[in-house]
Amino acid sequence: MASAREEILQRIRNARVPAAAPVVRGYLQEGPGGIDLFAERVADYRAIVHVVTDVPQALERLRGKRIVAPQDVPAEWLIDGVTWLHEPLTIAELDQADGVLTGCAVAIADTGTIVLDGGEAQGRRALTLLPDYHLCVVRADQIAGSVPEALGRLEPTRPLTFISGPSATSDIELDRVEGVHGPRTLEVLIVT
Amino acid sequence: MARNPVTWLGSPTFPKAAREALQDTQLRQNLRRATGTIRGRREAAVAEMTDWEMLRVAGEQIKDDVLARLDTLLVQLEESVTARGGVVHWARDAEEANRIVLGLCRDEGADEVVKVKSMATAEIGLNEALEAGGVHAVETDLAELIVQLGDDRPSHILVPAIHRNRSEIREIFQRRMGIEVSDEPADLAEAARVYLREKFLTTKVAISGANFAVADTGSIVVLESEGNGRMCLTLPDTLITVMGIEKLVPSWQDLEVFLQLLPRSSTAERMNPYTSVWTGVTPGDGPQRFHLVLIDNGRTSTLEDSVGRQALRCIRCSACLNVCPVYERTGGKSYGSVYPGPIGAILTPQLVGDMRDPQAASLPYASSLCGACFEVCPVRIDIPSVLTHLRAEAVEAKGRTAESIAMAAAAWMFREASRYEKAQKAGSLARFLARDGKITSLPWPGSKWTSSRDVPAPPAESFRTWWRKNRG
Repeated sequence: MASAREEILQRIRNARVPAAAPVVRGYLQEGPGGIDLFAERVADYRAIVHVVTDVPQALERLRGKRIVAPQDVPAEWLIDGVTWLHEPLTIAELDQADGVLTGCAVAIADTGTIVLDGGEAQGRRALTLLPDYHLCVVRADQIAGSVPEALGRLEPTRPLTFISGPSATSDIELDRVEGVHGPRTLEVLIVT
Repeated sequence: MARNPVTWLGSPTFPKAAREALQDTQLRQNLRRATGTIRGRREAAVAEMTDWEMLRVAGEQIKDDVLARLDTLLVQLEESVTARGGVVHWARDAEEANRIVLGLCRDEGADEVVKVKSMATAEIGLNEALEAGGVHAVETDLAELIVQLGDDRPSHILVPAIHRNRSEIREIFQRRMGIEVSDEPADLAEAARVYLREKFLTTKVAISGANFAVADTGSIVVLESEGNGRMCLTLPDTLITVMGIEKLVPSWQDLEVFLQLLPRSSTAERMNPYTSVWTGVTPGDGPQRFHLVLIDNGRTSTLEDSVGRQALRCIRCSACLNVCPVYERTGGKSYGSVYPGPIGAILTPQLVGDMRDPQAASLPYASSLCGACFEVCPVRIDIPSVLTHLRAEAVEAKGRTAESIAMAAAAWMFREASRYEKAQKAGSLARFLARDGKITSLPWPGSKWTSSRDVPAPPAESFRTWWRKNRG
């Protein structure tokens, strides 16, 4: 008896689907972009947005809290007066933290999205998932205008998380409610 | 061969189920409210995009290309996933897929698994199969949880509990979670958060579906809102992803089209809150064992039909359900399948693959052919054309029936003007059967017609007779 794999592949070949027309990518490749559009779109998801020039000063809001930070965030972000939690951290430790501070890989102005790829200042995926509050620092040059521009800047084989606002659900009467399993508060610092 | 669990065992045909559902005023009220809300929002989300039609065309073309090269792309996906530390399994049908997943859970020694909402696993009846094998599957999507705790069936692709309103959900939560909670959606969401938290933090095996798989990189993509997906995809040691073989896109770039089409079409958002992308296993981040189960379950036989195969372009957005006048009134459960609404009416019978099955054969008739579904479909599936094509197949499968004999007699009658006139005179007598201008039950053979539809009462005299009398 043929294996499931062989049988399925043979059945596909037997269907003799004709070759398809070449894909016409007539849609927009670029978006207007910009800090203002990105800030407006992030805020539409009921995330909190600030445009800042001085990151350490903006981080004063974390004073007195227990905040997870990946080991490789810029040293100046680790201000005094905050209990910084670094890896290795257990799931329970992450769950009990007050929040997490990260950078990002890319952001998308059109859709108000932040993308994490586990690279510099981002850490592994669980870090930005378990704490109930996520503060994300986005540099102006990381903001891509459109979805196509953003995907072009990403390495697909890295573990990626696209974040558009705090966790939400539309499962009750198709009405959006913010805050389910992921962080219920998302705060974004756009650095110019 | 085992029956395909894509339809629920013992479901009545669509007209019968619909007649019953229409009596449920609460259901109709819930659906009208929910579909009305989402229709308006989707329209606004789409109107914002000046290049929407170009995206739809590209989406259609990319998916057609996938179907044309499906064998090559699947092998390529298998190679890329394997190269990154994943294990790929192939399943011809639901039974084989369920056996593979149960075996993997047993290998891990798991008696409980957490699940991300997945149409593929609902289609194959995985939860029931796991339960029978001693493994309890916990649904973590809010709507799926409502369905699971309510011992209910799903009625919508995106929001399986769309038929429930907030006070019904409150009642289910209070009864099954043993808590006091208000009927505010925010409080209900909080209750689900608390209920599932411990499961997420301790369960070792997760099962997910996939929205897309990128053939050339081996990357798997899941779109979600609540974060339950991220929990399942990130925290457990082992991840098992079950995916229909048509869920592929050839390259990473192709996602730029679908990441724009899908959120706006399904939840009417510019982007859904969370999208996760992973490729095999990443050391130090997420599950360290990854299994991908590719399922056929009727897809290759659907692929053989040159008209019907476009149903395999579907990205499960559910926009067609939300605009369908039939779905809005009958609800999803009348379709007797995990795939309800217009897409279900063309996908379900093809996956079942047997038009002699009266329930499956009744689904292509669950439509007024108004065409709203085609207009909103982000991958331009011409649902009305496939519906009429499948109706023809259903008629053919029935062979010579009273209806086909009646149709042949009608053709004979229409060929001669004199025969036609005589028939009209005879037909006008039928008005004595009417009440309120409608005939709801004709004597045989007319009963074959009125069993599923009403007929307006014919006028006392035909237009021809009237014309002859007055103008002739």
